[in-house]
Amino acid sequence: MEKFKQLRSTAIPLDIENIDTDQIIPARFLKATDKKGFGDNVFRDWRYDKNGNVNDSFILNNKEYGGSILVAGNNFGCGSSREHAAWALAGYGFKVIVSSYFADIFKGNSLNNGLLPVQVSEIFLKKVMQLLKNDPKTEIEVDLETQTISVIGTGLSETFEIDPYKKMCMLNGYDDIDFLLSKQEKIEAFELNNL
Amino acid sequence: MKKTLFDKVWDAHVVDSIKDGPQVLYIDKHLIHEVTSPQAFQELEERGIPVLRPGQIIATADHNTPTVNQHLPVKDTLSRKQLKQLSANCKKNGITLYELGHKYNGIVHVIAPELGFTQPGMTIVCGDSHTSTHGAFGAIAFGIGTSQVAQVFASQCLLLKKPKKMRITVNGKLKKGVLPKDIILYIISQIGTNAGTGYFCEYAGEVFEDMSMEGRMTVCNMSIEMGARGGMIAPDETTFSYIKGRKFAPKGKDFEAKVAYWKTLSTDKDAVLDKEYSFNASAIEPMLTYGTNPGMGIKISENIPILNDRSFTKALDYMGFEAGESLLEKSINYVFIGSCTNSRIEDFRIAANFIKGKQKAEHVTAWLVPGSKQVEAQIVEEGLQDIFEAAGFQLRQPGCSACLAMNEDKIPQGEYCVSTSNRNFEGRQGQGARTLLASPLVAAATAIEGKIIDITKHLN
Repeated sequence: MEKFKQLRSTAIPLDIENIDTDQIIPARFLKATDKKGFGDNVFRDWRYDKNGNVNDSFILNNKEYGGSILVAGNNFGCGSSREHAAWALAGYGFKVIVSSYFADIFKGNSLNNGLLPVQVSEIFLKKVMQLLKNDPKTEIEVDLETQTISVIGTGLSETFEIDPYKKMCMLNGYDDIDFLLSKQEKIEAFELNNL
Repeated sequence: MKKTLFDKVWDAHVVDSIKDGPQVLYIDKHLIHEVTSPQAFQELEERGIPVLRPGQIIATADHNTPTVNQHLPVKDTLSRKQLKQLSANCKKNGITLYELGHKYNGIVHVIAPELGFTQPGMTIVCGDSHTSTHGAFGAIAFGIGTSQVAQVFASQCLLLKKPKKMRITVNGKLKKGVLPKDIILYIISQIGTNAGTGYFCEYAGEVFEDMSMEGRMTVCNMSIEMGARGGMIAPDETTFSYIKGRKFAPKGKDFEAKVAYWKTLSTDKDAVLDKEYSFNASAIEPMLTYGTNPGMGIKISENIPILNDRSFTKALDYMGFEAGESLLEKSINYVFIGSCTNSRIEDFRIAANFIKGKQKAEHVTAWLVPGSKQVEAQIVEEGLQDIFEAAGFQLRQPGCSACLAMNEDKIPQGEYCVSTSNRNFEGRQGQGARTLLASPLVAAATAIEGKIIDITKHLN
């Protein structure tokens, strides 16, 4: 897993609530047996119409907007557990997702793929969304070490929560498998006593 | 300290705790399918890690399988490749697989309970969010991502922070025609799609105590639609008699010993939960969703609400409905009875009971998709297939089918489908398809009438 410490980038405001993982990556693209290529189809049915024509009104197709931070409405990533959603977002180039609420499974999947979910207050989210709508050049800085998200040049800043263990993993690029394997003796002892 | 059902099962599975961090939770049973497992096998192979406990895993092919001509090679190249990959991975790692055509094949959340693989007090995971279904047996069961599938392969454990606990109590007498699906759709419409995020939910009260295992599974299945990782119902005599005699169920004295333990798995009287909701059963009526998340539900006789909210407007635009209008009399061309929510024998009995002696509306395409080969066999054995065929319905072969439209079973662009599945998200049943979630009874009635009717007026 890639390390994550700090990021400064422009951002894309996706002002829609309850974005489910079926929207992030529709089921018909889940037939692959590896993790590659999902970025091409992220938000497929919002980016393109049924005939494959680009939907100009969708924010990802707006050339004024770009960057590796996605700012999305409340309750992001609900629905299906498909980790393909995290692979698709990361594959497209996002490194941070900002929302006021994340669904549990999506949050875990993102963290397991070096994609940082930053949960902010409703008020902060509203302000950032507005700043981005007003000016696509608005830059956001996310610092994992200090758990801070700031909008450059505006004084707008907030701290965010992250599980200390997961923070350590993100900062160092570790994943859970190595940690769990280091517990093998305890796991076997548990099995002996309980199964 | 007083404990909840959830505490009792969770605490019995903690292998280790990290200071200020997650716990190492032991996983008893792991269910896998073709879509969310290949990358996990690949990960392990690349790192040279073996599958630790293959005997605690069962696999099935369900998400990406055709529901007709299952004896023939799968037509879609990518689907065929994905299914082959599952077979190869299971063979290589010594994992039991019920592949397409096997007498135990079917939807993962239908087959594990019917084989007795799902038991009270267990921890059960699967790379599928509807794993919450198995909580109906008093198990801690939840969906996981593919990275976690790899973790369980490698260590039979997961690193998790203990979720908070909530309880939903429903007491009182249900009205006629109100099914478990209506109860859960009603609950979600009342508390919203993220009321359960960060929680494990216990369902308690007379209504769940009186419910069949099939009904309990329908309720627990949709826990994830209110954001809860899992749902649970305390095991009781209904649970024990369901399990008894099934393939993987403990036998003889072992069974008696297990039952004695399972009986201890209920929430202590004075245990404290982090959040509680309570509903009166008599307030619930047959439900229908009108929007693009499962929380956008109304009583079938009610009008769509009028809200000044962008997400609400966006959903209504997608669905082609007006705020404030009634759904009654809307013409419907597609009906789907199936999915891990409502594809068990009881669901088909309910549908058959309504359909018997009637004819399907000519313009309706109705797909009846059993949850497993065993359900399919039972439908035939009980004579339900004859009822369906006489009424103009076609029984298809088992699988997830039009619930997520990964195979050919897709609802066309712009069409409405009254569906017994669990999600009405945009495009869930096919690009541009419009889903209205309902019970098997409402779905059956829609197929007969060809339009949405107030089912309560058609009973008695």
